[in-house]
Amino acid sequence: MYVAVKGGERAIDAAHQWLAEERRGDTDVPEMSVAQIREQMRLAVNRVMAEGSLYDPDLAALAIKQARGDLIEAIFLIRAYRTTLPRFGASRPVDTDAMAVERRVSATFKDLPGGQILGPTFDYTHRLLDFKLAAEGEAPVAGRADTGVGHVPHVTGFLNREGLIEEQPSSDDTPPDLTREPLELPANRALRLQALTRADEGFTLGLAYSTQRGYARNHAFVGELRIGAVEVEMDIPELGFAISIGEVTLTECETVNQFKGSKTEPPQFTRGYGLVFGQTERKAISMALVDRALRWEELGEDNVGAPAQDAEFVLYHSDNIQATGFLEHIKLPHYVDFQSELELVRKLRRSAGAQDLQEAAE
Amino acid sequence: MGLLARARQDCVAALLDACGDRPAFDWLRAPEVGAVMVRGRTGGTGAPFNLGEMTVTRCALRLATGEVGHGYVQGRSKPAAEAAALVDALMHTDAAREVRAGVLGPLAREETARREARAQKAAATKVEFFTLVRGED
Repeated sequence: MYVAVKGGERAIDAAHQWLAEERRGDTDVPEMSVAQIREQMRLAVNRVMAEGSLYDPDLAALAIKQARGDLIEAIFLIRAYRTTLPRFGASRPVDTDAMAVERRVSATFKDLPGGQILGPTFDYTHRLLDFKLAAEGEAPVAGRADTGVGHVPHVTGFLNREGLIEEQPSSDDTPPDLTREPLELPANRALRLQALTRADEGFTLGLAYSTQRGYARNHAFVGELRIGAVEVEMDIPELGFAISIGEVTLTECETVNQFKGSKTEPPQFTRGYGLVFGQTERKAISMALVDRALRWEELGEDNVGAPAQDAEFVLYHSDNIQATGFLEHIKLPHYVDFQSELELVRKLRRSAGAQDLQEAAE
Repeated sequence: MGLLARARQDCVAALLDACGDRPAFDWLRAPEVGAVMVRGRTGGTGAPFNLGEMTVTRCALRLATGEVGHGYVQGRSKPAAEAAALVDALMHTDAAREVRAGVLGPLAREETARREARAQKAAATKVEFFTLVRGED
């Protein structure tokens, strides 16, 4: 039960003033600009855009600054801002095959058309702290090849030719939108993917890891992981045709999973899919694994009772803004609630005490 | 219009102003900031799903000479949307050639150079993995 509390305005104002001062930190240290965060904390910016569900690097950087680097708080700010924007419409589905690829690796095929492109990756670094970064140095310069990478086709296309991997038939259905209608179960795959792409990275990672360790194991390989920019096109009613309205960087992960076949499906490889705003590959791989685990029913697999197979458990607990909202509200004033609990416990103790006395007397 | 949409926020206005004075116009739709839901496809080729929104600013205007221009730009810059709509309208006028050379040309070159640079850096990280012989026949 919620009861309004009054008072405390002065204390709250003072708390917010102090928050602002603490946010700035030591004024002998130069203040960080939003552009600095956008450029140099780009992976944090990407996470805030992905889980905030709004692609706008400047806004995400501003949110990170305001939130003092607390990314969930920053995501909260972005989600709140998003609700103030009118929706102009929906884009055409982006064409990830036409992506300007900056990174593209396959764990299943060594030699593949388009090649393995490592891109700006932490992979193969030694994870040793680089103390040179603590000193100011010259800006590093990346090497360049004479010619750029051209069109890089999807890996799953090669397996498709042999019929060894399940098809992903195209459609133009309008997908459900959980930002417009409440998320209800059963959720189809399109709705699950929308929930997963904005889901908390840590939660998604943990669930994905659980499938690897044996809770609904589905033997995932990264068939392909690609990162790069795609154009976003939208049909403009007043123009009568589609135009490019911008460009977004995405991470796409397709897993290839062993599948022995079922009553309805032949033995073949099945697929899990991850697509996330920004360079966010841990999240995209996790998303693909969880997506695949949630497909047990349509593929006729056994429900082994694993958390990652339970759509209700996954979808209703993956949103960090819903989770943090409910979790953190318990620190706000609950005095009346607690007062009644207190009364109850006192009463129980009194009656228990009376009983003890009675038993002792007997 | 794609070039105008993807350009850096202050770029179009600066290039347009370098072409000369802006023509007089009336708003058909004043600049407004909004969101577009970006969609992807399951497995890259399958059924569409909602990926998340992006910010977009749009406007529409009519020049005093009657030509209509639409501006759709990524991000939240109203001046950028205005400049994009003006360029769109001017492309229907006698000034089209001048605007193409002064605005669209530089934007296209800048975009091509930026994309090519990233593609070349990506190509430099292309790797050949070799499977080592494991001793069996």
